[in-house]
Amino acid sequence: MTLYVLRRFVNYAILSLIATCMAYVLASSIFRPGDAFYGKNPRPPQSSIDASLAQLGQSPDVPVIARLWHWLVGLFTQGSLGITIGKQPVVEEIIARSGASLRLLLIGSLIGAVVGVLLGVWGAVRQYRASDQIVTYGSFLIFATPTFVVGVLLMIGATALNNSIGVQLITFTGEYSAGISGSWWDLTLDRAVHLLLPTLALILMSAASYSRYQRSVMLDVLGADYIRTARSKGLERGPALFRHGVRIALIPMSTFFAYSFGTLVAGSAMLEIVFSWRGMGQFLLQAVNTNDVNAAAGSTLFVAILVLLSSTFSEIIYAALDPRVRS
Amino acid sequence: MVIAQQEAVEVSLDDEQTITKQRRPLSRNGLVWRRLRGMPRFWVGAIAFAAIVLLSIVGPFLTPWSITDRDIYNMGMGPTLRHWFGTNSIGQDIFAQTMAGLQKSLIIGLVAGILGTLLAAVIGSVAGYVGGVTDKVISWFTHLLLVVPSFFILILLSPLFKSLSWVALTFFLAIFSWMIMAQVVRNQTRSLRNRDFVRAARYMGLPTRKILSRHILPNIASLLIIDVTLGIVSMIMSETSLSYFGFGVQKPDVSLGTLLADGTSAALTRPWLFVFPAGVLIVLLFAISLIGDALRDAIDPTSGANRA
Repeated sequence: MTLYVLRRFVNYAILSLIATCMAYVLASSIFRPGDAFYGKNPRPPQSSIDASLAQLGQSPDVPVIARLWHWLVGLFTQGSLGITIGKQPVVEEIIARSGASLRLLLIGSLIGAVVGVLLGVWGAVRQYRASDQIVTYGSFLIFATPTFVVGVLLMIGATALNNSIGVQLITFTGEYSAGISGSWWDLTLDRAVHLLLPTLALILMSAASYSRYQRSVMLDVLGADYIRTARSKGLERGPALFRHGVRIALIPMSTFFAYSFGTLVAGSAMLEIVFSWRGMGQFLLQAVNTNDVNAAAGSTLFVAILVLLSSTFSEIIYAALDPRVRS
Repeated sequence: MVIAQQEAVEVSLDDEQTITKQRRPLSRNGLVWRRLRGMPRFWVGAIAFAAIVLLSIVGPFLTPWSITDRDIYNMGMGPTLRHWFGTNSIGQDIFAQTMAGLQKSLIIGLVAGILGTLLAAVIGSVAGYVGGVTDKVISWFTHLLLVVPSFFILILLSPLFKSLSWVALTFFLAIFSWMIMAQVVRNQTRSLRNRDFVRAARYMGLPTRKILSRHILPNIASLLIIDVTLGIVSMIMSETSLSYFGFGVQKPDVSLGTLLADGTSAALTRPWLFVFPAGVLIVLLFAISLIGDALRDAIDPTSGANRA
């Protein structure tokens, strides 16, 4: 099993690296980092623009492949991803910003997966009952709503709630209140309140798609002969469903999890921007708007690593659940 | 085969009279249509979708305001009889803007959704049928494109299509949407590849292009139809999301995404700027997903949701 997982990991790692290189090449040939300097008023002398561009590794005289090589050498020898247009090391920016992004993504996707699986199993066991219908139509409705719309609608709802009770119960702009000070407890509470709405949006979004998928897999499993066998050998309905049903139904779910993780990362980046978080989503947005090649390549690498880790994680779950892979 | 037989029995039990009257076995399409007809989901989706399409066509003629008109006496007003969806801070009519945005988003979604499925069909069936090195290369490339979510790839590429028109955006959306479906098509093709009728065609010397278009693709047409509907949903979502963050449709063009972006800053104080366009978008996407889901159940009655 270890060998199997390791082989998949190496495979994904190579793909991630190539994808990042392609992102660098694309950004490097499409972006026009010079614009940031030419647009300044008064315009700096040509020599200083050239020096700045060289510092970024984006000197127009150097071919794109050579720029990529230089970037890769920096990455592997010094662990550096270059500097942003604002002259900050990209690695430092990523470290400073990724905490908030990862918190949202991890909490949201884990709770979303658990809620989605439970709702899916529940819906399958109680197929066509009122509860199943409500969950089905509800998840369709959320499924049909773009992530940023979910975010803004939650904001409108929270404002209405705050106004109606006359207290700022739910605060949601930014990752924490500006200029807040106080004990560790106050700070944590403040962050938790700010985390509430974006996390809720991400949970809704992921639970909607997981529950649909889990429900249909679970229905397939429920009709299978081994459930009937388990029941006829005297196992109670509950244990039979859980030990033989849910466990089998989770196997295809682990693959689905890996597939849908990319969508989740994109959704969580959108939510960060909607809720004005200083996270990785905003970093990428800024990178494209300021023609910052290093920042764009750095955030692509960040996303690729996240997808790499989640794919490996789902392979491990797959191997743990499916005995045929283990041997 | 087995499924078809079961189905025939079911049908004869359900509608014994019509069967004896018709005397002709139902065609596959007839069966699908019969099942679709019996699903309330399908009708809700189809009627809502038809209503929205109709609205996008006749909507602009229902209101005297155009998208550039400004009613300076009623700026920042809520919904009234004069302005059904209210006006924004410079007095533009939100209903007129929503209709224009709806048209653009619909066109982009329909074209990109269909193009994406076509790409998936061609790439997937070639990979599955030809096999060997071609298959390996295509699979590898597919996996590569899946490493970074297409939303991010499109953001990175946005300087390319931002300066062009929304037509370029449509093509870019389609180019990065085929991957998962192509894998499904490839696997289906592999299982069809060695069936007798495909072999016979091959031994008769039919060129690969014709085998694919006449024997392979018609056999997975049902899959592709489902994918088109779901593809339209995801394309409209991608377009509105990209436009919302400033990477998609650019001014002076209006799409639901740009409209929602304009409405967001005032969403908390003047909710109608956001809620009406968002509502139209959600109803549209909801309707198409209902149709897609009903189609899936009608075409493949053994899929999970239909199991008794």
